[in-house]
Amino acid sequence: MTALVDLSVIRLLRLLDRGEISSLELTRSCLERIEQLEPHLRAFLTLTPELALQTAQSADRMRRANRENPDALPPLLGIPLAVKDVLCLKDVRTTCGSKILDNFIPPFSATAVQRLLDAGVVVLGKTNTDEYAMGSSTENSAYQVTRNPWDLGRVPGGSSGGSAAAVSSRMTPAALGTDTGGSVRQPAAYCGITGIKPTYGRVSRYGLVAYGSSLDCVGVLARSAQDAALLFTHMAGFDPRDATSSNAPLPPLELGSDPDLKGLRIGVPKEYFVAGIQPEVESAVKRAINHLQELGAAVREVSLPHTEYALPVYYLIAPAEASANLARYDGVRFGVRVEGEAMWDVFYRSRGAGFGAEVKRRIMLGTYALSAGYYDAYYGQAQKVRTLIKRDFEQAFEQVDVIAAPVAPTTAFRIGEHSGDPLAMYLEDIFTLPANLAGVPGLAFPVGFDAQRLPIGMQLMGAHFREDLLFRAAHAYQQVTDWHTSAPEISIG
Amino acid sequence: MSLTLSEVEHIAQLARLELSADEKERFRGQLSAILEYAARLQAVDTRQIPPTSTVLASACYLRPDEPGESLSQADVLRNAPQVQDGQFRVPPVLE
Repeated sequence: MTALVDLSVIRLLRLLDRGEISSLELTRSCLERIEQLEPHLRAFLTLTPELALQTAQSADRMRRANRENPDALPPLLGIPLAVKDVLCLKDVRTTCGSKILDNFIPPFSATAVQRLLDAGVVVLGKTNTDEYAMGSSTENSAYQVTRNPWDLGRVPGGSSGGSAAAVSSRMTPAALGTDTGGSVRQPAAYCGITGIKPTYGRVSRYGLVAYGSSLDCVGVLARSAQDAALLFTHMAGFDPRDATSSNAPLPPLELGSDPDLKGLRIGVPKEYFVAGIQPEVESAVKRAINHLQELGAAVREVSLPHTEYALPVYYLIAPAEASANLARYDGVRFGVRVEGEAMWDVFYRSRGAGFGAEVKRRIMLGTYALSAGYYDAYYGQAQKVRTLIKRDFEQAFEQVDVIAAPVAPTTAFRIGEHSGDPLAMYLEDIFTLPANLAGVPGLAFPVGFDAQRLPIGMQLMGAHFREDLLFRAAHAYQQVTDWHTSAPEISIG
Repeated sequence: MSLTLSEVEHIAQLARLELSADEKERFRGQLSAILEYAARLQAVDTRQIPPTSTVLASACYLRPDEPGESLSQADVLRNAPQVQDGQFRVPPVLE
């Protein structure tokens, strides 16, 4: 018999609706699974079991009270969810994986979290992340290293590595992540699950601790496109508290059971199939593209000629924005303070002691790129090349509806493999950064395994606000394949 | 592209970051390598290209300037390292 923790959100909602299971029973199954696996995976920074059980019990009471009127119930009532620890949850410690926020208890919840709470979810806890979401492996967390459920010697990807490991290992049916340069899509690929990075502005950033404000997006990690789409629709939409949130209408997400992609035009960018890509990744992605073609999609080659510049552009713009955003950590209003004689000493010491190596590195890089004498050559030039990258996508989307590409050049790498060489770590992001720079949505989902049985991910990218096309194509693919239902066998001997 | 130690110290000062001698030396090498990599951007002709600071198609929304509910004083102060008489307490700013 399939365990509750293996079931999709859609399936769980059906069972809850029919009264065949309770949210309390489901939440207990998740908590038991976490208790069993957490010592080996270390996916969570904070667990909230009492809060979760209470919320589940009140969800069950609400469901019983409305048996005659189920349409009045919140749409995700009783569904467990994990939340990346860069999103504020009122009255629950939020660290961003940093020692400088070790004791921070936010007095409000992020809009994305609040909307899902209003939709009835049960929060299980806060998941591990690279410090301030700066990283591609979750090794930059100041607290712990999260392990990949498919191979405990490997990273889960990052920065939403805790959320990806938790969803992949069946600790939770879904989790929230954030994606500034690939931090939802890359861990989703490394852990064999589905992850959506929405269009910039589609989901409010209010209550998301800022990293790169022109790039940050809140996304969902789940085990199918259908589940990710469901959570996404309840999180998206205009928020008066975020001046960059959009009121663009959300197209209805009708994900039927007919896997027909007739009329969908898919572009394959030649710049994403280059030397250095693991051959198994290339062949799995190409097979998946053929599969989409067999489902009726028209496939053609497209060009995104400025792809090679995405990495240097990103690693100037994101650190520049980070250096400004992280100026607020000064030991005065929140966070850890290291005492000193004068105010300036407190600033220097609190920041010197509170931030980890990668955060300091990016603050330094960003400060340099913005400093007098270097601004035009670095930050200014990066912003101009960003325009060219954005135009590449605009031109491609005149010819095709979605773009299909690998998520990362390789499958999950070994823990410690890139430590000490930041540039080698940054190169893991080459295929995910362009979508953030252009602001377009990206959806990652599993399309196979390599010879070591490590998951391989593919991403579909769409024009602004066309998440619906990405979900439709991935859902069709998942109707006729079963990569997304494969579960890791976790060796905890 | 190679940063000098005094350039690293200048950046750290602008960023108000206390760094150990070890960190300064490590960042000198690592930042030099990253900037060297970033130098390839100089080869792109951008003379006619405007900068992108936001990808949003429409202007940012500005809410009406109306008073509304805000956090209580207690909520605002509860994460502060030091509080006195309902205010944030800091060491002397002027010597």
